[in-house]
Amino acid sequence: MTARAVWEEEPTAVGRVGKPVVLALIALAVAFPLYVVVVTSLSTTEAVTRAGGLVVIPRELTIAAYVQLLSGGVVTRALVISVGITLVGTAFSLGITVLAAYGLSRPGSLFHRPLLFVVLLTFLFGPGIIPSYLVVNSLGLIDHYASLILPAAISGFNLIVMRSFFMGIPGELIDSARIDGAGEFAILRRVVLPLSKAVVAVVGLFYAVGYWNAFFNALLYINDNSKWPLQMVLRTYIVQQQPLPTGAGGVASGVGLGLQAAPGLAIKMAIVVIAIVPVLLVYPFIQRHFQKGVIIGAVKG
Amino acid sequence: MSFRHRLRRDWPLLLMVLPVVVLLGVFHYFPTLGNVIAFQDYSPYAGIRGSDFIGFANFSRMFSEPAFWKAVANTLSITTVQLIFFFPIPIALALLLNSVLSARIRGLIQGVVYLPHFFSWVLVVSLFQQMIGGAGLLAQTLRDHGHSAVDLMTKPDTFILLVTAQSVWKDAGWGMIVFLAALSTINPALYEAAAADGANRWRRLWHITLPALRPVIVLLLILRLGDALTVGFEQFILQRSAVGGGAAEVLDTYVYYQGLLVGDFGYGAAAGLFKGVVGLVLVLAANRFAHLVGEQGVYSKS
Repeated sequence: MTARAVWEEEPTAVGRVGKPVVLALIALAVAFPLYVVVVTSLSTTEAVTRAGGLVVIPRELTIAAYVQLLSGGVVTRALVISVGITLVGTAFSLGITVLAAYGLSRPGSLFHRPLLFVVLLTFLFGPGIIPSYLVVNSLGLIDHYASLILPAAISGFNLIVMRSFFMGIPGELIDSARIDGAGEFAILRRVVLPLSKAVVAVVGLFYAVGYWNAFFNALLYINDNSKWPLQMVLRTYIVQQQPLPTGAGGVASGVGLGLQAAPGLAIKMAIVVIAIVPVLLVYPFIQRHFQKGVIIGAVKG
Repeated sequence: MSFRHRLRRDWPLLLMVLPVVVLLGVFHYFPTLGNVIAFQDYSPYAGIRGSDFIGFANFSRMFSEPAFWKAVANTLSITTVQLIFFFPIPIALALLLNSVLSARIRGLIQGVVYLPHFFSWVLVVSLFQQMIGGAGLLAQTLRDHGHSAVDLMTKPDTFILLVTAQSVWKDAGWGMIVFLAALSTINPALYEAAAADGANRWRRLWHITLPALRPVIVLLLILRLGDALTVGFEQFILQRSAVGGGAAEVLDTYVYYQGLLVGDFGYGAAAGLFKGVVGLVLVLAANRFAHLVGEQGVYSKS
């Protein structure tokens, strides 16, 4: 038990009971839907039928739904596409963000103010859907995976977070490296980056989550449903409850998923779980850095 | 120091910024200029150069369109409801969590409530559908106990509360971070002194905690007002077909449907530009206001 400050009153009976109950309810509100979805995805068809839908009490567990989904078909392909977009996009975004953040972090450098202004101005307005679409279209990027990466590659917020962090690195370290003959690229690689692992991790996570969750760019720019990322599959199949298209452009419920029989609720929930899992996997590693990262981001300019 | 000397010294830095400047140029600033098609009878075949300028015809048509004003009204009412029901929740959550003594429990709850922020809207809508939708757990449980099932996902009347509930579920925990940070900077000696002066816990909350939070609250409130026309995009696109355009059409979805799906690009761009310009004015005004009341504002004059 952690000590209470001496001047503080003992909690009342209401507080003593109420607070844990409220906290438990809040945690439950987040965790319960996830739990139900996972349990249903792991249930057999018979268990789902007996429960009349979603399964709350796990019985007869099986990973059949996952085996089916991941053995080829629409979901497997969408998963590969989403993972690819996320990896390539994150590496690209993180790379150019690190470079630009460092380039803008040396006080008094040439054009540093107007260039910073170019970044900050993006906070104030967005270009709008229609003109963005026309630009992507005229660049020939429709139905090209690059349309899922390039338009979303830079987040001004992430750039500013990283720049603020770089500016906090003592100038003496950078000066001494310079005296030793290091150029700017060497300073970034040998001095600044090794000191910035935390912020690189946080910004990398923000980018990765952005790419993984991206739905709207895919909706706008990807018409060919054989190139759909996972979020589009989720939307079509779970939210809109439509059958998934097969790669050839036809529509089939079971065949397109790589299934023999018509897919059941367990399959649907397995798709939901597949969309959650990557987020859950990286989350614990980066969670402790959030608070710091976000607060740094609040100090702009 | 001369320009040439500085250029010779700083060219690696400029080179580093170049990719970002090019990307922002191509995918942010260039499309922003592309908004000129709002003043054109734009044809995709003729392109911007080949299309005729028609002045404000798209705008006057838009302003006489009831569907447009319906979208404006929906956007503003959703903003208002979110302000009333969403805005206070992260503050309350932060106060509650801050009063928990055990660091381990605090960390655990924080970890849980931050999590949904990292889920996509598609996922959030899917989860809500599975819980309270027509084939969801709530309907299923009601049926099992002999009641008639409800589908809260397709009711236009309560749609505004549904989207607010979804926003709360997704982002209330995340919104709490700034308040927790502000709370952690309060000097405990203030509480001790107040207690010595006979202030009970409510008085300490009123006279120490809330004043410490005030700058953050004011700032975020102003920011939210500046963002009044932006209520989120994916959330509405995803649910528009389920509840119908009457309740779910907001400005962003209006632009999408009128401009892109109908293929009326100039008109859609006009609606988008209207939203962008009004939004920009609101943000600038809000920021000016923040400076006036002595807060730091969104961007400080660097």
